[in-house]
Parts: sequence; C-alpha cells; structure tokens
Amino acid sequence: MSPTSTTAPRSPAADGRQVLESVVIRFAGDSGDGMQFAGLQFTLETALAGSDLATFPDYPAEIRAPAGTTYGVSSFQIHFGGTEIRTAGDQVDVLVAMNPAALKVNLQDLRPGGTVVVDVGAFTERNLAKAGFETNPLEDGTLARYQVLKLDISKLTLDAVERFGLGQKESLRCRNMWALGLMLWMYDRDRQATIDWLSKKFAKRPELAQANIAALNAGHAFGETAELGAIARFTVPPAPAEPGLYRTVSGTEALGWGLLAGAKAAGLDRIVFASYPITPASPLLHLLSGLKKYGVVTFQAEDEIAAVTAAIGASYAGALGVTSSSGPGIALKTEALGLAVMAELPLVVINSQRAGPSTGMPTKTDQADLFQAVYGRNADTPLPVLAAATPADCFEVAIEAVRLATKYMTPVILLSDGYLANAAEPWLIPDVETLPRFPVRFRTEVDGFHPYQRDPETLARPWAVPGTPGLEHRIGGIEKDYDTGHISYDPENHHRMTKARAAKIAGIANDIPLQRVSIGEDRGRMAVVGWGSTYGPIRQAVEQVRRQGYAVSQIHLRYLNPFPRNLGELLRRFEQILVPEMNNGQLVQMLRSAYLVPAEGLNRITGKPFKVAEIVEAIKERLGSR
Amino acid sequence: MTTAAAPRPVSSPKDYASDQEVRWCPGCGDYAILKAVQKTLADLGAARERTVFVSGIGCSSRFPYYVSTYGFHTIHGRAPAVATGIKLANPELDVWVITGDGDGLSIGGNHLLHALRRNVNLQIILFNNEIYGLTKGQYSPTSRRGTRSPSSPQGSVDNPVSPCAFALGAGARFVARAIDTQQPQLVEVLKRAYHHRGASFVEVFQNCVVYNDEVFADFTDKSVAPEMQLHVEHGKPLLFGKDRKRGLRLKPGTLELEAVTVGEGGVTEKDILVHDQTNRTLASLLVSLSPPAFPMVLGVIYCDPAPVYEDEIYAQMGTPVPGLQGADLNALLRQGQTWTVGG
Repeated sequence: MSPTSTTAPRSPAADGRQVLESVVIRFAGDSGDGMQFAGLQFTLETALAGSDLATFPDYPAEIRAPAGTTYGVSSFQIHFGGTEIRTAGDQVDVLVAMNPAALKVNLQDLRPGGTVVVDVGAFTERNLAKAGFETNPLEDGTLARYQVLKLDISKLTLDAVERFGLGQKESLRCRNMWALGLMLWMYDRDRQATIDWLSKKFAKRPELAQANIAALNAGHAFGETAELGAIARFTVPPAPAEPGLYRTVSGTEALGWGLLAGAKAAGLDRIVFASYPITPASPLLHLLSGLKKYGVVTFQAEDEIAAVTAAIGASYAGALGVTSSSGPGIALKTEALGLAVMAELPLVVINSQRAGPSTGMPTKTDQADLFQAVYGRNADTPLPVLAAATPADCFEVAIEAVRLATKYMTPVILLSDGYLANAAEPWLIPDVETLPRFPVRFRTEVDGFHPYQRDPETLARPWAVPGTPGLEHRIGGIEKDYDTGHISYDPENHHRMTKARAAKIAGIANDIPLQRVSIGEDRGRMAVVGWGSTYGPIRQAVEQVRRQGYAVSQIHLRYLNPFPRNLGELLRRFEQILVPEMNNGQLVQMLRSAYLVPAEGLNRITGKPFKVAEIVEAIKERLGSR
Repeated sequence: MTTAAAPRPVSSPKDYASDQEVRWCPGCGDYAILKAVQKTLADLGAARERTVFVSGIGCSSRFPYYVSTYGFHTIHGRAPAVATGIKLANPELDVWVITGDGDGLSIGGNHLLHALRRNVNLQIILFNNEIYGLTKGQYSPTSRRGTRSPSSPQGSVDNPVSPCAFALGAGARFVARAIDTQQPQLVEVLKRAYHHRGASFVEVFQNCVVYNDEVFADFTDKSVAPEMQLHVEHGKPLLFGKDRKRGLRLKPGTLELEAVTVGEGGVTEKDILVHDQTNRTLASLLVSLSPPAFPMVLGVIYCDPAPVYEDEIYAQMGTPVPGLQGADLNALLRQGQTWTVGG
C-alpha cells in the first residue's frame, strides 16, 4: 500500500451551506447491514476534510443476530467538528436507521429536533413486529419531535445497482453505501477515499465494487437533486490543528504500533506477542499478526495461561514478551503474573477491559479491572499499572509500558478498554526515529554475577539471557536469597526480598512525570479526577462548567501504580474531589486509602462511555452556585 | 567492565552439575535420571550457555536447579508453554522440558498437547511415577485404578491416561520410553530425542521410593526384566525374553498384537513383526501393551520427523529474518490515508 496524502480542506460554506460547529451522526442497522463500514468510511472522509472527530462503534456480541431484532442492532457514532472534539457525543443530531429495530434502540439518544433518516423500505409489518412496534412509528406520532426523512433506501439502492445483475440480497447489501453517500452529501464530504477503498476491497469481484460505488454515488446524487430543504445541507469547517502529517488512528493501532516503537527504542529486535482470542482484545492480535516483517512473532496460544507463560519465556530468552486479553483472560493469567514478578522479567500485559463480571457484556466497555490490575494476585505482588486516555494516547502509553518493563525488569499492566480499542481519532503522526531511546543492557560480564544482584538505583536485577557464556543460572518461582540468588526459605530473607520487590515498584514514582492538572488551576473548589477513557467526557464537562465560572480542574492519571509522587499533595489543594469512573468505585477507594482525602465517586456502569451532561450535573450538584 | 566469557570446553557429566545440593529423597529415581541426563549432555558435548532446562512444579521439576546450564523453574503445568515462548524468541537455544505425570498430564495436559501437536523443537521428558510426590502421595492421572492414597482411601476409580498414547494422539512425531535406572538405554533414548528435530516426547518410568515404591517392579525388577521388557530397534524384529524366543505378531484376523514364542505352535521368526519407527499405527499398538500379558515396550517407539513449528513461524517472517532495529516504523505509521495540515 503506498501512502497517499491530500491537502485539506476547502473553505467552508463556499456554496452557501449552513456552517455547523459540530455534529453527531449515528449509523444504525442490523449487524449484517455494514453500519461499521459506513461509519468508518464517513470517519475517513471527515478526517480528510480536516475536522476533528471521535467515534464510538457499538455492536452486539452475536456475530449475526437474527435479522431485524433489537438485540442484533449495530451502530457507529461519529462526532466531528471545527473545534476540539473530546467525545463521541452525548446526544445524536442525525440518526440513520436502516430498519425498525435500529430506530427503536437508538431513538432515545436523538436530541429533540434532531434528524432521523429512515429506510421506509425496511419498515415492513414483519420488521415492525420483530422490533416490537405495535403501530408504525413513522405514522403514529412517535417521531413528532424530530425532523424525519422518509426515504425508500431499499428501492433506491435496488434501482441504482440494477444494471450490475446482482441478486436481490447482494443488491440490498449496498444500502449502507447509499446511506453513506447521502450523509457525505449532507455534510459536504468527499467520496474519493471511499471509492478507492471499495475498489480495493472488492478487487476480486469488480461487479460488487461497481455496484457499491454506484449506490454511493446514487445516495450522493439523491441529496444533490431531491429538494430536502434546510434540514439537510450543511458543512462543518476544519478544526484548528498543529501543522503536520495526520491520519486517523484507533486505540488498537496506536497500541500495536506503540509496542513496536517501544521495543525499538529499547534496542530490542524482537517482540513475541502471545495471545488467546477474546473480545474486545483480539483486534490487537490481528493487527500484530500482520506485522511479522517488522520483527514481530505472534503466537495464538491454546489458552490465556499459555499466552502469558509463552510471553514470559520469550522475555526470559531476551525478546520483549507481550500478552493481551480482557478481564476474564487476565484473571486466568494471574498466577503467571506472580511468576513474572518473582522471576523479575520484563513483560507487557494489555487488558482491553469489558463489562463484567464473568462473561458480562463482552462487546461493551468498562473500566472495572483497576483493582484486578493493581491488587489482583496472591501474596505481595506489586507491579506497575498504566492506563491510556484516548485512542492516540495508546501509542505513548505502550512505549512507556515497554520502558518501565525493561528498565525495572517487571511485568507492567496497561489498561485499555473496549471503547479505546475500537474508537478512532485524528493523529499527528510522530517521527519514530526521533523518539527518546532507552536501550536495555543485557548482562554479559561474568565477574560477580548472580541473577538477583540489584542495580543500586532501580533495584532491577540483571537481564542475563540464555546464550550468554558464563552466566548460566537458574531462576523460578521459589523465593531467592537476596545475596546469592539461590533458593532460600530463610524467614528474614523472605521479608527482605518482599520489601525489595515493593521498593523497586514504588521507586518508579521517581522516574515518572509529576502529576499535572489537565485543565484549570492547581487548586480550587473541585478536582475531577479520572483515568482511562473517561478523559474525553471529563475534559469536556470541566471545560463546560469552567466557562460558566466554576473553579473546577481536571486531573487525569496515566500512572495508577505507583501514583505520581506529588499526587496526594496536589489533591489536598482542592476542597472537593470527584472521581467519575465506569465502575462501582475503584480509583476513588485507592485515592482515599492512599491519601486520606475526601474523594467522592461518580459511578456509571452501563457498558457505554459517560455522557458529558452526567458529569456536568454531578459537578454542579456538589458545588451549587458558582 | 570485563568482557564476556568464552564458552568453556566441557566433557564430563560433572561439568553439567550445578553447585546446588540435590534435595530429592534418598533412593529416588530422579537421581538416576539426573545422572543420565548429565551423561547425555557430556556425550553430546552440549554447550551449557545454549542449553535451557524448563520445568513446572513437582519433585521432577526441581531438576533444573541441579544442572549447570540455564534453567527456569516455572509454575505448575506450564513448562511446555514457557519453553515454546523461549523457542519463539530464540530458536537457536536447545530447550529441554522436565515434567511429571501430574504436572504434564493433569494441570498441564493442555500445554503438553499443544506443544506436541505444534511440533516445537523441544525435548520433553516426563517422569512418570504414577503418584503426586511433592504434595504427599495423592493418586495421579497415571495411577492405576484402585490406587490407595490419602485422597483415595478406598482406591481410585479414575481410569489412568497412558502418557505415550496421549502423546501419539496429540500428534507427537517422536515418542520413546525408558526406565530411570537403566542408564545405557535411557542415555541412548535421550540422545535420540536430542537429535530429533521437533517435539520429542520421552516417558521415563521413575520409582517413587516414598509413596509408590516398586509400582513398576512387574517389569523393572531384575528377576523379570528380560521377559517383561521389549527394547525396540528400528528394522529389527520385536523379540524379547532371555533367549529372545518370545516375540510380537499380529493376531491373525484381528488388529491386535499377540505375544508368541518362536518355535511353538508353528510360529517362526518370519511371523514376528519388524519394528518400523515411522509406523504410527504400530506405535499405537505397542504403547498400549502392558504387563502381565505383554512386556513393556521401551526405546524409540515412534520417530517420523515433520516440519518444526518455530522454523515455519520464522519462515513466514521472511529471509533474512527481520528485526525491529532495522524496521522502518515511520513507513508503517504512514500507510493508508494521511493528510497534511499546513503550517
């Protein structure tokens, strides 16, 4: 694939379109209707037009749930605008509903006065019944509060692709492109990147490529020619952005590429990525499996335990061992993480959190594995825990995880989540060659070597890999003597080694940046403290209340163990501390126990990101008047 | 800073002994296996710095502490997975997995299955003593029905698994058997395992003097050994017994083996099956035989090399094998659609 680059963007409202600061569109249909594809292509065209954006793909756990059912509805939401966009949006401005079930599930999120585009061709009696509508919502006043575009997208698509001689089923599968074409017209976006993508995707079946392109063009032409009125003709200006080369990036891509960049910065030639398929972590396995030519070995293990232990073996042998899973899989890896702590080997463990417990809601996001990451092992088994805040942030956090793992000879848990894994945003592409390097030093000197000889500064033991003459040694899960590295059951030695392992991880606090305030002053009436993917909604909520005059600041944590060393002092400068989390109260408890501060939780466990309004309301409720 | 040491020339089994005191029970079969492995390494002239012993948990898994090579004592059952990771990181290393019947076939049965079917180039040595030793004598997955133990006071009712039948079922390309105290044969089998490219599986009958003493005496005791042991050799007839008159033949009209005596009932040497180590069906029949009706079949029962897992993984990466240090990550990050925001 050769890189293509276009120069963004045109001047806004050149043809008299109404200029909007930002818009939220949601494409919704059956899980087989191609809503994710339509959403991703809209995202690409929007990014190419220079808007800032955030996306939220939301799909069911069933691969092809029975057609027309509410539980089979798949949706893709994009929030884009000419200003900084932090979240995928609380409320939807435009809902594209490809069938009654999609309308039923998503209507509640449409803002009053918003636009709904429906394919009336799919509003058959049978589909209405499947969605649980007793009367037709297009006729019974259900949509009275909204602007409704009733279009027979099914028929219009069939007409557009008729000449390609596809069957009825294949023809109807072009509906998503018709709808996409219309939306691209409505918001003044280009189509070329989508046409290129379709040509490539269906290179082996050119008639499908042509049919899809015809549907796309037909949707676009429909907007151009039909008198849709003022509800359907807008533009969104490009967002101000730092100069440079951009792309869209999902959390999965940023994580995978960050691991490569981190390993390269560490001077390592090889990553061994061992994983067992699990939602929503598998896309990282897929991504890295395609990067073998960069020196990545991927291993689809027989189970979660084999994945983590193979990664440990790889690190033992001098590669960067990485394993990835979601909460239930991380639980299975727990014993092996104890081994990695005991053997003091570098290891990066990625948890793409999902709603639980147990199987829970596999495709829905959550951040309830913080306790598991920080505390969830037998005995005193500390390890560093980091969390990514946005899709693009995954790149930097992955590099940092590699740095800490190799410098401190320790497993590191990196917390992502189902939202970050799938969501995308524009990204100023970094120059990998100029990133800071932190080369590892494999031990080769024989004199005075023992495997648990600690570096006086980091307390890390030496990384002495098989293949090095003269350093043959034995390690394992049994307690080792502090002074010789041999097996030891000595009581005082166990105390000393436990303290040494704890001090090593605690000392990382001196090697990470001091905690900064994301926005606002470093003191005031309230700090809103978060971690992980709540960054966007918290940021937007804090900006909003600050505009209204509230003395509120945002503090967002990347380092969850150890905490930055100034965190307690910083928190104490605020009268109130509010901790929004997509769990039942975990960071809030850690902050209270670490610093004895009166932190208060704001907890939503819905499987979906916070709404900005929920956080704004909670802030105002606590602060009352300005 | 001193420079790296040059590899030391080694030749004697003692050179493969670590400085650690061996802590198995007096009389344990593990001592004999340790000696045999150290002799094997010496005979092979194995480079200590390139040799790694990986184990799980159990009496047998203490093994790596007593060998002067690299060693990794991991967690219960997971040694084959750790070893797979080691080979994926550095296929040049020579990796031995030491496991037991509980470690390898109970808690770690899954990993053993997959290491064998993937055909990772490992030597997997399973010490079978038909009992859990380190946890004080509970019956194991290879214990015979009726084994009385602290956790089965009335006798176990579990059917035992046959390690070699399991290995063949998993798709192993090298399956062998030996006895802890029969050093020449054990060393020979270990050498064959070492030279086989791919996963080699060796079951060693190991006597636990404390919890399961003499459980294999029905074929290991010197008084019965010649009649109850059949040492196979590729291309040689399957004969056994003091005067090598006893042999195995296909029972006419069936798919079963039969122990017969040459010169009796019209049986001639021509009726005796000739061992073919590449014949999986024959291997399956041989590993299913057990005393008292049959001798215990020992030696290299099956050996039929196939493509090696890590070779194929590395072949997919490209030639020469790419590394991150030479990788153009900037090009990777710029693949697909990009756009420029002007300054």
